[in-house]
Amino acid sequence: MASLNVRAALLSVSFLVLALGAWEMSTQPPAAQESMSEYEMLMGGAEQESRVPPPSAVIRLAWEELSNPFYDAGANDKGIGIQLGYSVYRVLTGYLAAMAIALPVGFLIGMSPLMYKALNPYIQVLRPISPLAWMPLALFIIQDSDASAIFVIFICSIWPMLLNTAFGVANVREDWINVARTHELGHLRTALTVILPAAAPTIMTGMRISIGIAWLVIVAAEMLVGGTGIGYYVWNEWNNLDLASVIFSILMIGVVGMLLDLALGKAQRLVEYKE
Amino acid sequence: MSKSFLEVDGLSKVYPDGQGNEFTVFEDIRFSLEKGEFVCIIGHSGCGKSTILNVLAGLDEASSGNLVMSGKEVIGPSLDRGVVFQNYSLLPWKTTLNNIVFAVRARWPSWSKEKVREHSERYLKMVGLDHALDRKPSQLSGGMRQRVSIARAFATQPELLLLDEPFGALDALTRGVIQDELVKIWEETRQTVFMITHDVDEAILLSDRIFLMSNGPNARIAESVKVDVPHPRSRATIFQNPAYHKTRDYLVDFLVNRSGAALPEDDGSPKFVEPAKGMAKPAPTPTEESAAKAVNA
Repeated sequence: MASLNVRAALLSVSFLVLALGAWEMSTQPPAAQESMSEYEMLMGGAEQESRVPPPSAVIRLAWEELSNPFYDAGANDKGIGIQLGYSVYRVLTGYLAAMAIALPVGFLIGMSPLMYKALNPYIQVLRPISPLAWMPLALFIIQDSDASAIFVIFICSIWPMLLNTAFGVANVREDWINVARTHELGHLRTALTVILPAAAPTIMTGMRISIGIAWLVIVAAEMLVGGTGIGYYVWNEWNNLDLASVIFSILMIGVVGMLLDLALGKAQRLVEYKE
Repeated sequence: MSKSFLEVDGLSKVYPDGQGNEFTVFEDIRFSLEKGEFVCIIGHSGCGKSTILNVLAGLDEASSGNLVMSGKEVIGPSLDRGVVFQNYSLLPWKTTLNNIVFAVRARWPSWSKEKVREHSERYLKMVGLDHALDRKPSQLSGGMRQRVSIARAFATQPELLLLDEPFGALDALTRGVIQDELVKIWEETRQTVFMITHDVDEAILLSDRIFLMSNGPNARIAESVKVDVPHPRSRATIFQNPAYHKTRDYLVDFLVNRSGAALPEDDGSPKFVEPAKGMAKPAPTPTEESAAKAVNA
């Protein structure tokens, strides 16, 4: 009997083949039945009905795009690598800015019940706001579309990090705090050598949720602000009615999102501990 | 009255009971410890033993009374008072060695890396764990974890070592082995130790004196029982000493029949009892200390 992994891989591949096969079959153009009428010839023999492109067309396009991902032929014709690069840059910038605020404030809220009670109402009101709702305000205040997109990423990734940090810090086991106290550690050393490592797995979980949300939001944000980025690319190809490109970029969004999550997952495993 | 190493005077702990009244766990706790003494405290659950220990550790505050150690009032936790908790309280993200290094570095911040490491390894060796330096606590058995915890406490060489039922969570066989180890380390270091236990045999094996607490609420330390068994002791041979049985009978009788109504002396200090008075003689080499005490008695 083959190992579980091998069997799972076989099953995965057969699902893929089945799905692609069904897709390919259902999207074939109808065979020409008779010679074209004069009108049809005048119209260049164009199909009357538009169709989702078959997977073979998408794969062909993907091959083309991926073999030259970084070309730049003007504002509306850039390689997929460049577009993804813009998006990743915006996500990471907004994400790091959120981290710089969320971790210290989360520590503060987690360690001080007073601060928790004082700030909690604001957090509860601000947290459920769709990050895109901030966009008009951001555009008006910041007056820069790129920075506004980054701000939207900042505002959407701050909450999971903030709340998880506060939760992790507040729930560090009393015993470990007592160990710090009986060893006469000061506040800062207790925070860095006991509370931080103890809360790190919870904090990393928040960071992982945040990067996922940030990647979801960047696509929508770039559709709004335009110019560059994978979100803009999807919308631009839709305007071009190039559905093969749309499907291809959807897949690329998924792949990059997965890579971001994998990276955070690796980092999470580094700080995990078993009790 | 001459000043002892540790003087506990009129300690009490009062909680609000939730209905506007007050609930006194223990009151007017008075005792003193001498340097180098090993003292166990026994009492039924709910008499506040752990609270007393936490107050000594500085982790909890008494409602009234005061504590003086080496002529200084005890306020808050300090490295002068090491604690071994029942649940080990090792930092699970650190290796065995680094758990000790953490404590040693806190104790002597000016020491070099090598000195800290060498000191830490020495204490891990004392508890027989020099082969598990790089393992995480989760990879150790309960007994091994408690040894690390004991090594950590001894390594900081506190003036007073507080053990909160350190073997409570261990199975009987493991417990015996670690008790022997504790006896050995204590013979080597002669730390002053204050320990909570529920186990009468453990108390006799380890202590010079045993404090008996009456039941809560309003619990008191009613008696201070001298254990007239000479050092060095060993779990394998201690039961051959008639003083052991005499002491054991006395303790069990207290816990079963008398702990409900027992009271200390009128001045609040525990009644000093020597159930095996004079029986320590047949031991092969009575120490000077026990001989002197026998003469005084």
